[in-house]
Amino acid sequence: MSAAPASLRARAESEAARFPPLLARAERLAGSVILGEHGRRRAGLGDDFWQYRPLQEGDQRRMIDWRRSARSDAQFVREREWQIAQSVMLWVDSAASMRFASAPDLPEKADRAALLALAASVLLLRGGERVGLTGAALPPRRGEAQILRLARSLGDAAAEDYGAPETRGMLPHSRALFVSDFLGDPEPVRAALTKAADRGVQGVLYQVLDPAEEAFPYRGRAIFESIGGTLAHETLKAADLRDRYLDRLARRKAELAALCDATGWRYGCHHTSESAQSALLWLFGAIEGGGRAR
Amino acid sequence: MMIGPIGFAAPWLLVALAALPILWLLLRAVPPAPVRRRFPGVALLLGLRDEDSVTDRTPWWLLLLRMLAVAAVIIGFAGPVLNPERDAGARNADPLLVVMDASWASARDWPAQREFLDAMLAEAGRESRAVAVLRLSDPETPVFRSAATWRGRLPGLAPAAWEPSPQTMQDAAGMLGDAPFETRWLSDGLAREGRGALLDALETHGPVTIIESAKPILALAPAMLEDGALALTALRTDAALARDVTILAHGRDPSGAPRVLAQLPLSFTAGETTAAGALTLPAELRARLTRFEIAGQDHAGAVSLTGDGLKRREVALIAGREDREGLELLSPLHYLNRALAPSADLLDGALMDVLPAAPDVIVLADVATLAGAEQAALLDWVEGGGALLRFAGPRLAASDVSRAEEAPLMPVRLRAGGRTVGGAMSWGSPKALAPFPEDSPFHGLPIPDDVKVSAQVMAQPDPDLAQRVIAQLEDGTPLVTRKRIGAGQVVLFHVTANAEWSTLPLSGLFVQMLERLAISSGAGLPGAEDLAGTTWSPVQVMDAFGALEDAGALPGVAGADLADAALGPDLRPGVYEDEDRRIARNVIGSDDAIAPVAWPAGTRISGLAPGTERPLGGWLLALALVLLAADVLASLGLSGRLWPARAGAALILAAALTLPQPGAAQESPEALADELTLAHVITGDAQLDDMAKAGLRGLTQTLFFRTSVEPAEPVGVNLETDELAFFPLLYWPISPDQPTPSAEAYVKLNRYLRTGGMILFDTRDADVAGFGAASPNGARLQRLAAPLDIPPLEPVPRDHVLTRAFYLLQDFPGRYAGQPVWVEAAPPDAEQVEGMPFRNLNDGVTPVVIGGNDWAAAWAVDRRGAPMFPVGRGNAGERQRELAYRFGVNLVMHVLTGNYKSDQVHVPALLDRLGQ
Repeated sequence: MSAAPASLRARAESEAARFPPLLARAERLAGSVILGEHGRRRAGLGDDFWQYRPLQEGDQRRMIDWRRSARSDAQFVREREWQIAQSVMLWVDSAASMRFASAPDLPEKADRAALLALAASVLLLRGGERVGLTGAALPPRRGEAQILRLARSLGDAAAEDYGAPETRGMLPHSRALFVSDFLGDPEPVRAALTKAADRGVQGVLYQVLDPAEEAFPYRGRAIFESIGGTLAHETLKAADLRDRYLDRLARRKAELAALCDATGWRYGCHHTSESAQSALLWLFGAIEGGGRAR
Repeated sequence: MMIGPIGFAAPWLLVALAALPILWLLLRAVPPAPVRRRFPGVALLLGLRDEDSVTDRTPWWLLLLRMLAVAAVIIGFAGPVLNPERDAGARNADPLLVVMDASWASARDWPAQREFLDAMLAEAGRESRAVAVLRLSDPETPVFRSAATWRGRLPGLAPAAWEPSPQTMQDAAGMLGDAPFETRWLSDGLAREGRGALLDALETHGPVTIIESAKPILALAPAMLEDGALALTALRTDAALARDVTILAHGRDPSGAPRVLAQLPLSFTAGETTAAGALTLPAELRARLTRFEIAGQDHAGAVSLTGDGLKRREVALIAGREDREGLELLSPLHYLNRALAPSADLLDGALMDVLPAAPDVIVLADVATLAGAEQAALLDWVEGGGALLRFAGPRLAASDVSRAEEAPLMPVRLRAGGRTVGGAMSWGSPKALAPFPEDSPFHGLPIPDDVKVSAQVMAQPDPDLAQRVIAQLEDGTPLVTRKRIGAGQVVLFHVTANAEWSTLPLSGLFVQMLERLAISSGAGLPGAEDLAGTTWSPVQVMDAFGALEDAGALPGVAGADLADAALGPDLRPGVYEDEDRRIARNVIGSDDAIAPVAWPAGTRISGLAPGTERPLGGWLLALALVLLAADVLASLGLSGRLWPARAGAALILAAALTLPQPGAAQESPEALADELTLAHVITGDAQLDDMAKAGLRGLTQTLFFRTSVEPAEPVGVNLETDELAFFPLLYWPISPDQPTPSAEAYVKLNRYLRTGGMILFDTRDADVAGFGAASPNGARLQRLAAPLDIPPLEPVPRDHVLTRAFYLLQDFPGRYAGQPVWVEAAPPDAEQVEGMPFRNLNDGVTPVVIGGNDWAAAWAVDRRGAPMFPVGRGNAGERQRELAYRFGVNLVMHVLTGNYKSDQVHVPALLDRLGQ
C-alpha cells in the first residue's frame, strides 16, 4: 500500500465516495417501509404501562401489583410495555464468493447483501434498536451515527473464498442477521447457530444467490474456479453436472432450513435478480418477529 | 501436373493430403479446450464425476469441416490453375516460332490476336526465349530475335487482305531451317490446302499449338444480277445456330456523298452455312452502288465490291432504214438487240427523242447522213462522254458521208462504194480477221474460224488511220476503227450489224467485242478468256479490314490474272479499271465457299480468349478461411461460448451484410425519379459521351448556383434500354459514326417527344452545312432524326420564349457562336400582342432544339469545377461561355416552365378583368 499522501487521499476519497450511494440507497430502501406506530406492543421492560394481567403460575409474588389487586379479589401483575432496546447483530459475508455477478446488469451478491443489511439496519436504528456487527469491530450502538459506521464497515472485503459467520461478541438474547450465500462449508454455520442458540440469540439466516447459481446454465468442457481461485473443478460436459449440482444446492438449502428450525432461527433465500424491496420487507419482518413468529 | 483441366504449380504439396487421416485421428482424440469459468458454486461441484468421460468429443461434422479446411489449404497452396496455358513439361528454352495466317479472316479479331501475341511475347521475354514471327500470307524467312524486338514491331503487324495460298505455305515450310523450336500457330480458322503439310513440317521441329478464335467467320459472295434483282449470298463457317445478318449496300447519293443506299436482312437457318436474299433496286440506284458489306463484320471477306457488273447501260438503237416487214433476220438491229438485251437497257425512238435521256451508248446502224441539229446534238453528247457506235451498210457505202473529208462523227474517211470479196461476181474468198494488235481493246479475244467478212466499206489511207484501227482483216484492211472525241468516242464497224456483209454478228466474238467496248457489260466477273491480253490498273484496293484505300502506285495487272489468279501481294482485292470498264476483284469469289479448318486429331488447339488461365489457389484459400471461420463459430457453439458472443457475431454478420455493394453503373429508375436529372444520349463514342456528361455537369452546377432548379448528377441514357420518361431534357450530340437507334428506340423517342420531352440536338460543327448533308455530322443528324416525329422548324424568332425564360438572350452561343438555332415553328396565325414586343406564340414547349454550337464543350467542367475546353479568346471567350451557360439555364427553364414567361403577356388583360 502506498504511503504517498496523494495516493492515500485519492483512495480515501474513492472509498468514501462509496458510502453515500450505499447509504443513500439503503435509506431510500428503508424509507419505502412504513413502520406505522412506533412501539413494541408487547409486554416487556419499559417505563410505559402496558397492561394488567392476572397472576399466572410461575409468577413471582413480588411481581404482583398490589394496588390493582386490592381493588378486586384476584391478583394482577402489572406489565410495562417492552421498551428495552434490542441489540441486533449483523454478519454480512464479505468473502470472495460474494463478489460474483453472472451478468453485467445484475448486482454482485456482496452488493445486494450489504444493501439489504444496511437498509435493515437503518430501519432498526430508527426503531430505536441497537445495531452492530458481530465480532469486536463494531459493537451495537444506537443513533444515526451508527448507520454511517455500519456503512463503512460493510464495505470491507475479505480475502478468503468462503466466509464463516463471526459469533464472537454476540450479546445474549440479542437478535442476529447472517447474510451470506452459504455455499462454503456448512459446518461453521452450524457451529455458529448452535452457539447462538446457546446464548439465546435468535435471528435470520439470509441466503443471497445469483441466478446463475440457481440455474447452472453451463455446457461443454469447462473448468470452474472459485472467485478467489483456490478451488477448481474440471468437467468435460458441464451440462451433465447440472442436475446433480441443483440437487446438491437444494440439499444445502434444506440443510440450512433444518438448522434454522432446530435453533429457532428463520431462513430466507434471495436472488440478486429479484427486487431488493420485497427482500427488505421480508427481512425486516423476520427480524422483528424473530423466531417466535414461526 | 494435370488433373483434368486443372494443373498444379507445386504438385508435391498434394502429398500432404495423405496426412489428413492422421489429423482426423488427432482431432478425434483431443477434446475441445476447456472454458475457464469463475463460479462460486464450485464448492458444490467438488467431487462430482463426469458420468461419461468420452462423450464430449468433437462431433464428426466439425471434424469434417476442419478436414475440408485443411485440404483446401493444402490444395490451395499447391497452386491449382484451371486451364493452364500449358503444362510444366512444355516449358522449355527452345526458341518460339509464332506462325500467323494473317489473312483477311484474321482481321475479324485482329486486336485480340495482337493482344494475345503481346502477352505471348511478354511471356517469352520473361523466359528469355528467342522469337520469330512468320506471316503465312506474306512469308519471310523467320529470324529468331529477342521478344522485346518483336514487341516493338507489333504495331506494324497487319493482316493481309488475301489468304495464304498453298504455294506460300509450301514456301514457308521450306524456310524453317533445321533448328528445333516450339510453334504457336495463330490460325484464322479457315480450311485451305497446304495447312496439313505445313503442320507436319512444323511438328518435326517441336511441339505445335494452334490458337484459334471461336468466333464464326461471315463472308459475302459477290452480288449477282438475277432477273433484275441483286442476288446476295452470305456465307459462314459455323452452321450451328440460326443467325440474322444485315447486308448494307453502300453507294453514292446524287450529290456524290457515300452513304448506305439500301439494307437487306438475311437469315441463316440453323444448320445452313449460306443465306441468300434478293435486293430489288431501281436501275439508277443500282448503278451508284459501290460495295456491299455485312454490317458489323470488319474484315475484307464481308465486303463485296461492285465493278461495272451491276450496271446496265442504256443503249439507244437507231437504224437508218425502215424494218422491212417479215424480214426480221435482215433487220440491222436484230443481232444488236439479241446481243445487248441481256445486259443493257435498250432505248427505241428517234435520235432527238433519245438524246435527252442521255444514254450511255447510241448505236447508229447504217445511218449515213444526220441533220445539222442532230449532228450538233450528237457531237455534244459524244464530247460529254457518250459512245457512238456506227455500223456500215449499203446506205453508208452509197452516201458521200466522210468521203472527201472526215466527218466529225466518223472515225475515218471512206472510199466510195466499199468492196465485196468472195462473192459470186468477184475474185478471192471472204476474208477472216487478223489477230488483234496489242494496243487494241480486243487484244486477246480468240477469233473463231467461221467469222468471215464478205463485204465492207473501205477506209481512206490517212496518216492517222493506223492508230484508229482496232481490228482489221487478214489482208490488213480495217474492220473496226475508233476515234476519240472529247471524253467520248466514235467506233465504226466497217460491216453491217446484220449478217449481210459478214458472219461476225452471228459469232460470240461480236458479243465479246461489244463488251470490250463497254457497250454491254456482263454480269459478274468476266472470264479469263474475256480479259486475256488486257491490262488493268488498280483504282482502289481493300485492306484486310475491308477498308478501301487509293491504289497509289501499285502496278497494273494482266487481265487473265485478274480473272483467275489467287489474290496475293501482286493482286490485291479492289477495283481495277481499264479505259472504259471497271472490274471489282473481291476476296470471296462467286464460287468460293468457306469452311472451318479441321485439324488432325491430336493437335493441341486453344482459344484466343485472354485469361483462360485461371488460378484457383486464391479461391481455395478463401474457402479454407470461410471453413475455419465456420469452425470457430461451431466450436464456440459446442463449448457453450457462442451465446455471449452472440452480439458480436450478429455485429459481424451485420457488417458483412452491409458491405458496400458494387455501385450500379446506372441508377435505378426510382432514384432518377426522385430528383430532376439532366441526361445525354450515349453515342458510343466514349470521348464524346464524357464531354456531354461533363457539359451537363457544368450546366447542373450553374443551375444549382443560380436558380431554384437543383438537378442531380447528370446521367447518360442508352436509348435502347433506358426509360426516358424521367428526363425533361435529353442532350444529343451528333457524331458521324454513331449507331442508328433501333425501331423500338425510335418508338420510345417519339413517345418521349409527344409527352413533353425535349431533345437538344447538337451537331457540334458550327452548323457549317446549314443542316445540309455536306458536313458528316449534318448528314448523320438528318438520318438520325428522320424517323422522329418533329414538327416544322424555324430559326429561333426574336420573340421566342427561349430568349427570356430566365435571362434575356438574343443568340445562343456554345463553343461556336452566331449560328441560328432551330426550334418548332410558330403557328402561322401568331399575332402581335398589343402593347407587347412579342407575339402570342405557341402553347407548350418546342420538342426539339437543333443547333451546331457545341454547347456541351462550352459547359463542360471537370470534377474540380474548372472549364475543360477553351472558348473563344480571353474575356470575350469567357463572356461567350457565360452566354452559353445562360442559354442552358434558359433552355432548362423553358423545358420546366413551358410558356410561363409567354403568359406574362396576358397580365394586362387579367388586371383589366380584375377591375383595375
